[in-house]
Amino acid sequence: MSSTAPEARPVVQLVGVRRRFGDVDALAGLDLEVPENRITVLLGPNGAGKTTAIRMITGALEPHEGTVRSFGLDPAEHGEQVRLRCGVVSAKPALYDRLDGWANLAYAAELYGLGRGARVEATIRAAAARFGIDHALDQRVGGFSTGMKTRLALARSILHRPDLLLFDEPTSGLDPESSHAVLEMIREMTDDGRTVVMCTHLLLEAEGLADQVVVMEDGRDLVSGTPFELTQRYWPGTVVLVEAENPERFEVATGIAGVDRIEADPVPARRCLHVDGPESIAPVVSALVASGLRLTRVEPLTATLEDLYFAVRTKRAVADDGGRQLTAEKAASDLRQHPMASLTGWSRPTADGSTR
Amino acid sequence: MTATTSPEPIVPAVGHEPANSGARPRDLALRRVLIVARSDIRQLLEDRGFWIPMVILGAIFFLVIPTILLFTITEIGDVTVVNQMSQTLKVLPKEAQAQVRGTSPEGRTSYALAVFLLAPVAVVVPLTISTAIGASTIVGERERGTGEFLAHSPAHVHEIYLGKLIASLLPGYLTTLVGFGTYSLIVNLFVGPEVGGWFFPTRQWWVLMLWVVPPFLALTLSIVLRLSAKVKSSAAAQQAAGLVTLPMIGIAYSQSTGALFGASASGFWIGLVAWLLASLGLTRGMRAVSRSRLLGVDDQV
Repeated sequence: MSSTAPEARPVVQLVGVRRRFGDVDALAGLDLEVPENRITVLLGPNGAGKTTAIRMITGALEPHEGTVRSFGLDPAEHGEQVRLRCGVVSAKPALYDRLDGWANLAYAAELYGLGRGARVEATIRAAAARFGIDHALDQRVGGFSTGMKTRLALARSILHRPDLLLFDEPTSGLDPESSHAVLEMIREMTDDGRTVVMCTHLLLEAEGLADQVVVMEDGRDLVSGTPFELTQRYWPGTVVLVEAENPERFEVATGIAGVDRIEADPVPARRCLHVDGPESIAPVVSALVASGLRLTRVEPLTATLEDLYFAVRTKRAVADDGGRQLTAEKAASDLRQHPMASLTGWSRPTADGSTR
Repeated sequence: MTATTSPEPIVPAVGHEPANSGARPRDLALRRVLIVARSDIRQLLEDRGFWIPMVILGAIFFLVIPTILLFTITEIGDVTVVNQMSQTLKVLPKEAQAQVRGTSPEGRTSYALAVFLLAPVAVVVPLTISTAIGASTIVGERERGTGEFLAHSPAHVHEIYLGKLIASLLPGYLTTLVGFGTYSLIVNLFVGPEVGGWFFPTRQWWVLMLWVVPPFLALTLSIVLRLSAKVKSSAAAQQAAGLVTLPMIGIAYSQSTGALFGASASGFWIGLVAWLLASLGLTRGMRAVSRSRLLGVDDQV
């Protein structure tokens, strides 16, 4: 993971975008900025609006409100120019089962204006080889496995050398090995100077791949930034999970220099110690041992994307609820399920039952 | 919480130029229509379940039925049947009766049968085949998920519509043309000797095949493709197309027959009106296709 360089320019900008399908708001005021030459991951549960956002970027759908700019152009007016610079892999590979792999790629090549001939054939072969599907180009796609279809769809998406690649849950239906391979390939895309937007609801998938994360829910962006920025912004500091054979003696920690706060854990033998910096961990642990605590576990906690994701969503749930339905008990129950969320301090129930 | 805080205006990305950046997009319009059509036709040809019934249908109407009927009349020469059929010729319009050639009852009967009474096959076959294809062409993309590919492609929805129209029209029309050639051969082989030599196709049949049938086909397909864009499933599209096709076959049948029976100019006028209606239908049909409908997320779907 790396932070977005300040000079990275936005390839895509969505401002206050709304889109309704019947009575449902698929997008409800989405703001999104996609920096150039980075991997932006749209993260959210099913129905969060990720696919609709991708469709807005290419102009496949038009917003009912708000503005969309891709490459500085309005896709509703300059859709052809925008789409010529985009490569899309949708959740379903969208391949023609009755055609063979070659015909599928040749069709896309022609549709994107590459034409026909030896040069295009070489391009098709190179794209297929890049994703390891060149051996199956003469076979009907209907007989392909899900992994092969995904590889072919990925190959199709880069035929016309797009500047912006849009991947909508590209690993859905793949086994772990294939998923890993596909994610590696996506990572390599930015090495060629391309910008990637990827939708997923799999947190592990986004972890390690995303340069920028946008957490979405109910058609809105809850939070966005680089993983580093998000950690800096929302992670409460240095936290150490400690476990002891004699947890009744954890009170001694309150008097140890460097310990800011002790937080209970659902596991009775554990506590989370908030210390004033990574350099304090060793002295604090030494002091605990010296005080008679028989420690069986010491684990400095670092935020994963999953932690941040659940923390963000929990915060949103509490904020939306305004403390009416989401009681302290309920919040505590939720936090037991996602203990990391409590560490952000966003929704820790207070003595009077309200949430912060 | 948003990420839209960049003070700089958005500028086009400066990455490598796309491979086709030099092409002027609108130059590709006709080419894209043909690309879409070719791909659709290729998929149809790859599907035996499609083209074997198509060949059988053409063979039944253009080969089997005419052969049996004309052979029975000209070679077996059942006097009772021929005389009965000869009597029915009197119900034909005077213009048509005046055109009937041949001196013997067999000759006149087989001539009338070949030239006038089997004309509807030229309409039924292409309409049946083309509507079957057209009904599922757009909704099929949606059902298979390939509509997503087209929706994100640079092709304009009008290019997609026209490509699919051509892909639906050509198989039916080409089958009809091939069948027409076969039918002409059979007619000349069986009826020719009775009327003094090969005579088919007549001028009215040329007008029918090249001027009247295509616009009726286009008009019907404009409605069918519109339905295909609007309905939720291929099954619904087939049902709806059936409702549209039956009256269209009836109209085309009567007008085709009129074109053959009437004066030599009647075929031209019927064709002209059909072309005008087809143009109107195509213009309206084009508006029915949208990217949201290809995606299957249109509010109305």
